[in-house]
Amino acid sequence: MFFVSFVAIVFVFSVAPGAQAPRAPNPAPSGLETLPVQGNVSMIAGAGGNVVVQVGAQGLVVVDSGTAARSDDLLAAIRKLSNRPIRYVINTHMHPDHTGGNDRLAAAGQPNSGRGVSQVGVGTAPRAEIIAHDLVLQRMSAPGGSETPAPVGLHPTATYSLPVKEFFTNGEGIQMVHASNAHTDGDSLVFFRRSDVIAAGDVYSTVSYPVIDAAHGGSITGVIAGLNELLALAIPGEKTEGGTMIVPGHGRISDEADLVEYRDMVTIIRDRVQDMVNKKMTLDQVKARKPTMEYDGEYGRAAGWSADQFVEAVYKGLKPTGAAR
Amino acid sequence: MIVGSARLRLFQASASRTVGTLAVAIAIAAPVSAQSFLNGDWVGIFHEDQPERGPGPDLADYLGLPINAAARQYADSWDASRLTQPEQQCRAHVSPYIYRGPIRVRITEDVDPVTQNTIAIKHFLSTYAQERTIWLDGRPHPSDNAPHTWMGFSTGQWQGNVLRVETTHIKQGWIRRNGVPMSAQAHLTEYFYRHGNILSVMTMVDDPLFLEEPFVRTTNLQLDSNTTPNAYQAWLVCQGDEEVLHEPGWVPHHLPGENPFLEEFAAKVGIPVEPTRGGAATMYPEYAQKVKAMPVAKPRKTPSSR
Repeated sequence: MFFVSFVAIVFVFSVAPGAQAPRAPNPAPSGLETLPVQGNVSMIAGAGGNVVVQVGAQGLVVVDSGTAARSDDLLAAIRKLSNRPIRYVINTHMHPDHTGGNDRLAAAGQPNSGRGVSQVGVGTAPRAEIIAHDLVLQRMSAPGGSETPAPVGLHPTATYSLPVKEFFTNGEGIQMVHASNAHTDGDSLVFFRRSDVIAAGDVYSTVSYPVIDAAHGGSITGVIAGLNELLALAIPGEKTEGGTMIVPGHGRISDEADLVEYRDMVTIIRDRVQDMVNKKMTLDQVKARKPTMEYDGEYGRAAGWSADQFVEAVYKGLKPTGAAR
Repeated sequence: MIVGSARLRLFQASASRTVGTLAVAIAIAAPVSAQSFLNGDWVGIFHEDQPERGPGPDLADYLGLPINAAARQYADSWDASRLTQPEQQCRAHVSPYIYRGPIRVRITEDVDPVTQNTIAIKHFLSTYAQERTIWLDGRPHPSDNAPHTWMGFSTGQWQGNVLRVETTHIKQGWIRRNGVPMSAQAHLTEYFYRHGNILSVMTMVDDPLFLEEPFVRTTNLQLDSNTTPNAYQAWLVCQGDEEVLHEPGWVPHHLPGENPFLEEFAAKVGIPVEPTRGGAATMYPEYAQKVKAMPVAKPRKTPSSR
């Protein structure tokens, strides 16, 4: 009876035609959008890969620098957050949508007192430091005299090769955790410990399957290990919401619950493909089975990285492990 | 009795969806200015879909759900052991589902101190101690890059004495707690209507990834004037524990074609398997004629899940 009367009321009194939820605000004319994450950390979207900015009394720490083409717009967006000098540019990996603005941002910055950063081939003016895993520098540079894969001004000026690099600035510790052989071989997860924010780079995306750049050392095994490393670093808030916030290389600001769905998805697809590899199926046979089918609507529409490409990368990264399940 | 119950649910789903769609399609009258007063403590009555909401749904029971093939594969792959992962133990129901839980809702209002206009209606939901804010001040929904939450971001609008609420930015969740998914791209529309001591909620979930058609249902709550604070305390704090020891990164699931439980529910209640697989077509009255021509599922042994 209640149901009937409720429906009757809705019939009589309800919706005005065309009533819709108000639309989301448009990004700035530059197409870039700045969102606070938490603590001292903000995210800038639209310059290529997501850019993370930590603001504090000592200056700015910028994680990734977008594409070269958007670097002026990115710098303008950063300047709206703070006019303090950029001290550090951190690269999560080597790709040009995350390192293309290195030169512009570094040139606009100044090193922390005493660091004295200069870069061979780009003049002697003070610049912000560019920090990345050593394999990023190796991928972007070349032995002496050779033409480098990326212009010298984009190269990291300080690298690390241990599993973790740590430093302290703006009142919080920053950890760079090497996620080896994940998206590439030089991925770093950048953890702002006091703000409780992790910049995940392209190990994690909310808008695509993980891109596995096998030519530069990426692998499905490393991606899953990297996602599990992220989960180990993150502590969720009450009811698995909030707590440590995670900025993906592309897509929306996330927390552990979002990351768990992604980790589970990647693991399930890996298990499916592994099972078919164990059954000695060909790549075409595996693709025909559509092992990603229920996830394609969410992750299979990214430009340049289709579900088939992901399945192929997973397939080529796996070897038979024994009896099929 | 069980058979009758299952069949009844099949046709209730049809009726619910049909009437709900009609309500939305026909309800185009001009808004009426009168509003309703929803404040108070409300408790679930559980006279709708009690077996699903109390004991819980059977595995692979997708009866009455307008799911597509992607959702079906997701649910077929789902293993209930996933809820034993430490990362999953404290997850909350999403807003389209939570009013179906063991629910108690305290509804209050945030009022502008100068104008006395209502800025927002707040729901404190006992289940998982979720707080939900329904903004009435015309603010826009966040951008696509903003975080998602279990409750999502809600804006409301009075249409006569019915409160219409639009919700986006909901985390991925479920529309039935046996693994039937709702994606993070789902859009929820709700109508809250008070009639006396009963509060009715009609929910419509549009999910471009997992539904063939909007999923519509209603839930009733009853006003409770004797609520005590401890009624809201049971779910305040949750910590994930080591329920089952596994290596980090363990994700239980069924490989495609290897879930042994897919016909178990149909055999148990004595109906054909096909309607238990869900899909929009199964919600319509004419589908009942097709069901009559289908063979009833036969019980068979099911091995343990891995």
